[in-house]
Amino acid sequence: MTYQPQSDLGTPAGTGEPVTLTIDGRAVTVPAGTSVMRAAAEIGTAIPKLCATDNMKAFGSCRLCLVEVEGRRGTPASCTTPAEAGMVVHTQTPQLQKLRKGVMELYISDHPLDCLTCAANGDCELQDQAGAVGLRDVRYAAGDNHLGQAKDLSNPYFDFDPSKCIVCSRCVRACDEVQGTFALTIDGMGFGSKVSAGTAADDFLSSECVSCGACVQACPTATLQERAVVEIGTPERSVVTTCAYCGVGCTFRAEMRGEQLVRMVPWKDGKANRGHSCVKGRFAWGYANHQERILNPMIRASIDQPWREVSWDEAFAHAASEIRRIQAKYGKDSVGGITSSRCTNEETFLVQKLVRAGFQNNNVDTCARVCHSPTGYGLKTTFGTSAGTQDFDSVEQCDVMLVIGANPTDGHPVFASRMKRRLRQGAKLIVVDPRRIDMVRTPHIEAEHHLPLRPGTNVAVLTAMAHVIVTEGLADEAFVRERCDWDEYRHWADFVANPRNAPEALQPVTTVDPAELRAAARLYATGGNAAIYYGLGVTEHSQGSSTVMAIANLAMATGNIGRPGVGVNPLRGQNNVQGACDMGSFPHELSGYRHISDAATRKLFEADWGVALDPEPGLRIPNMLDAACDGSFKALYVQGEDILQSDPNTRHVSAGLAAMECVIVHDLFLNETANYAHIFLPGSTFLEKNGTFTNAERRIQPVRKVMTPINGLEDWEVTQGLANALGLGWNYRHPSEIMDEIARLTPTFAGVSFDRLDELGSIQWPSTAAAPEGTPVMHIDGFVRGKGKFVVTDYIPTDERTGPRFPLLLTTGRILSQYNVGAQTRRTANVVWHEEDLLEIHPVDAEDRGLKTGDWVRLASRSGETTLRATVTDRVAPGVVYTTFHHPATQANVVTTDYSDWATNCPEYKVTAVQVAASNGPSDWQEDYEALSERSRRIEAAE
Amino acid sequence: MSGTHDHLVYMANQIAANLAMEADAVKATADHIEAFWDPRMVAAVLSDGAGLSPVAAAAFEVLRGAEV
Ligand code: SF4
Ligand code: SF4
Ligand code: SF4
Ligand code: FES
Repeated sequence: MTYQPQSDLGTPAGTGEPVTLTIDGRAVTVPAGTSVMRAAAEIGTAIPKLCATDNMKAFGSCRLCLVEVEGRRGTPASCTTPAEAGMVVHTQTPQLQKLRKGVMELYISDHPLDCLTCAANGDCELQDQAGAVGLRDVRYAAGDNHLGQAKDLSNPYFDFDPSKCIVCSRCVRACDEVQGTFALTIDGMGFGSKVSAGTAADDFLSSECVSCGACVQACPTATLQERAVVEIGTPERSVVTTCAYCGVGCTFRAEMRGEQLVRMVPWKDGKANRGHSCVKGRFAWGYANHQERILNPMIRASIDQPWREVSWDEAFAHAASEIRRIQAKYGKDSVGGITSSRCTNEETFLVQKLVRAGFQNNNVDTCARVCHSPTGYGLKTTFGTSAGTQDFDSVEQCDVMLVIGANPTDGHPVFASRMKRRLRQGAKLIVVDPRRIDMVRTPHIEAEHHLPLRPGTNVAVLTAMAHVIVTEGLADEAFVRERCDWDEYRHWADFVANPRNAPEALQPVTTVDPAELRAAARLYATGGNAAIYYGLGVTEHSQGSSTVMAIANLAMATGNIGRPGVGVNPLRGQNNVQGACDMGSFPHELSGYRHISDAATRKLFEADWGVALDPEPGLRIPNMLDAACDGSFKALYVQGEDILQSDPNTRHVSAGLAAMECVIVHDLFLNETANYAHIFLPGSTFLEKNGTFTNAERRIQPVRKVMTPINGLEDWEVTQGLANALGLGWNYRHPSEIMDEIARLTPTFAGVSFDRLDELGSIQWPSTAAAPEGTPVMHIDGFVRGKGKFVVTDYIPTDERTGPRFPLLLTTGRILSQYNVGAQTRRTANVVWHEEDLLEIHPVDAEDRGLKTGDWVRLASRSGETTLRATVTDRVAPGVVYTTFHHPATQANVVTTDYSDWATNCPEYKVTAVQVAASNGPSDWQEDYEALSERSRRIEAAE
Repeated sequence: MSGTHDHLVYMANQIAANLAMEADAVKATADHIEAFWDPRMVAAVLSDGAGLSPVAAAAFEVLRGAEV
């Protein structure tokens, strides 16, 4: 599509009853509360405007949008005047034209007249509006003005050029209303007023700014401008696609010049993000062209040899012959594959098909194993579906938010902005987290209750909350009787009511103030629509699945399920965690969560694929590594996943990988796992391929190819090449054909196709004959499994215990500007916000050890040790330390252990007993590993 | 914890402990293992059940019965 700016109707839509008015002689009907400006825009009349934009409240400052209303005096601003029934409005009269011209003339007299060389030339609202009001000359002589002021170039992605500012406040309001960070203010008055980032240095980088880009998008001039537009020029076409970072699933317009990406602009029609973005999706895509990207397939006989570049055909043939050789020697079950939550649904589906149909076993797993597998298990057991119950819009009707084990402002920033907006409107917040995450106290928001529990005691805290709800008579028994199994409820209620589950009795374990816990439970049960939002702080524990079920129990017991505003909402980490799970990536189930032992389901696939399927579950990732160490697992195909860096107990992972005879890594970069690989297949970025991602709200969204893959093949073509070298004879011509196969074989996807996605923009599964356009809120009339199931979740402490040698508890997490193992974000300018992983330690613990911020410390556990720098903060409780795992040099997973969730083997990343001591540099492991990496990444010079 | 076999026994005990509140804990444990474990993992514990908790051991006896 040729370049068109996104439409802007000026102000948000009203929500009242319809009213009809007349604008320039034409009747228009809009909901009451809609502005005259928007009503006019809806019939194609663009009233000139500068300070208004439709994703924030009208402000009424520029006075350009004046109109005349019959029977009223003066010329009101149309952006702040609500449409009323019977109103007769004129938008173009000689009087209005004169007034608007006068206003415009004042703006332009203080604006540099360098349009021809300005980066925004052709994409500037000031320029457009000057034309629209018919301004042809400026009568004022040069006087005092703001020209020639210094630019602020501190942010790596956008420039701030104050001499072009018209002080419309759109940036300030975007930061407040859309992003909720409140980083900007207008300083001074009248002619002296200016936009300020409010710090001593008064630059964006040192301010509270989180670089979401909302102000840049809102700015009608070139004052706030993407640097890429300055460098490359304005875009000439755009393609709508989906962010490949987190589970929010923001949709963007990839705005292009030729095959070059100029900028990613959040798409206003995107139903997940509603026109907002975070620094990752908006700006951190430069890795796509990073010099370290590998563009040719490579092989080597052993990992101490340098890599040798080969053709695709040679790589496929070699991989296939290795897999067949190994299967012939060690049995068909000695090989397997790992799909990635970062890849598309179609790619993931093909990898599990390759394993089941080509390797003829079920040794396929996904990296969702290490993040949200307990969500799948827990929600399937209790509700019948392995997915969250709501859409994101649901938050707008929520009265109480219970956020547990999630840090939305860092992990799910765009959804966090929506949560914060609802909280500013008056919804109440309960945070259950060992750390004082940002949401606990942020501008204009204060959590009602923060329960800073000891890591590893989620189940105890949730059971104590259930105790309060049941014993104080706050359960919604009518709902339970109608919707759940009453006997199971009674059994559960008796269990939670036991005095040993009272908040007071559990305090020694949880360290949570019982009065505060009681108050939080009462608020959750009685505060109106209550919704639970949770993340990896729930799942990544030895009782991760129990915690998910405890959450489901709470929601059912209080009737907070089956309507907008309530529900159980897992915040998924990576972009396609939901999709990877949906696509049958787990070793025990086919797409749509159907167990591999079910003969009828197997028969369906067998008929379609023309092969017999193994009815026994295969190995999960940790089991594969165990089996490798044991000698029964010898070859692995890993697509888009860096298990060496992301999985726990690095030494065990490396031992497992080293024991295999053929490791095939399919990725963008020579990642850490590739240090142990024998075959490297270069991958393509989300900009270079077609497919779909499914976000945390079950929303399937298109990923569209905006440029040719520089490695030559889209990822699904690579898997197809490998499959055909194994003799499978696949001939997909486009990912849409893979989706057709998924829809054919998966009842919950029956109504999904690329054509339907083009038509509707996105579809939330289940999409069936009964709900062809998808299902925003689940379990409305009944649970998918029939009756909701209450499961008794007894608190069982983890075996990972502190003691004299390891007295502190380490918990891990992530930060806003970096993503997961950092393979992508570390290769962008985002490093200015996070150059290294830091260890957060409480002042008391730091003082005991003589540590201060910036010191190198040794972090040791029973598994291993590493070194990193400390930062002393009371964000963490005494006895708790915290770090991220974005940088391979830190190798935070050297210290995490083999303990895992009882039901799913999801690793217990969130609890490791550690000791911290001063250190003077990297550990032996770090030095050895650095040397190994360097050796392993050598590529033979081409002849 | 060291060694694959110890890890398997540990996992089995963990499953049994977490399903202890089920009406029939032995059956629940056996069903869970059957649904989620690769056969070689089950076989390894069947051949050497040292260290299994009573419920886990009983569950493996159920699985052994189902095998024949
Ligand atoms: S980029 Fe986002 S956070 Fe930064 S000032 Fe602009 S709106 Fe605020
Ligand atoms: S920077 Fe842009 S959005 Fe902000 S006040 Fe100036 S012109 Fe308006
Ligand atoms: S990383 Fe997540 S929140 Fe940020 S733009 Fe991408 S999908 Fe949206
Ligand atoms: S657009 Fe209405 S006053 Fe600025």
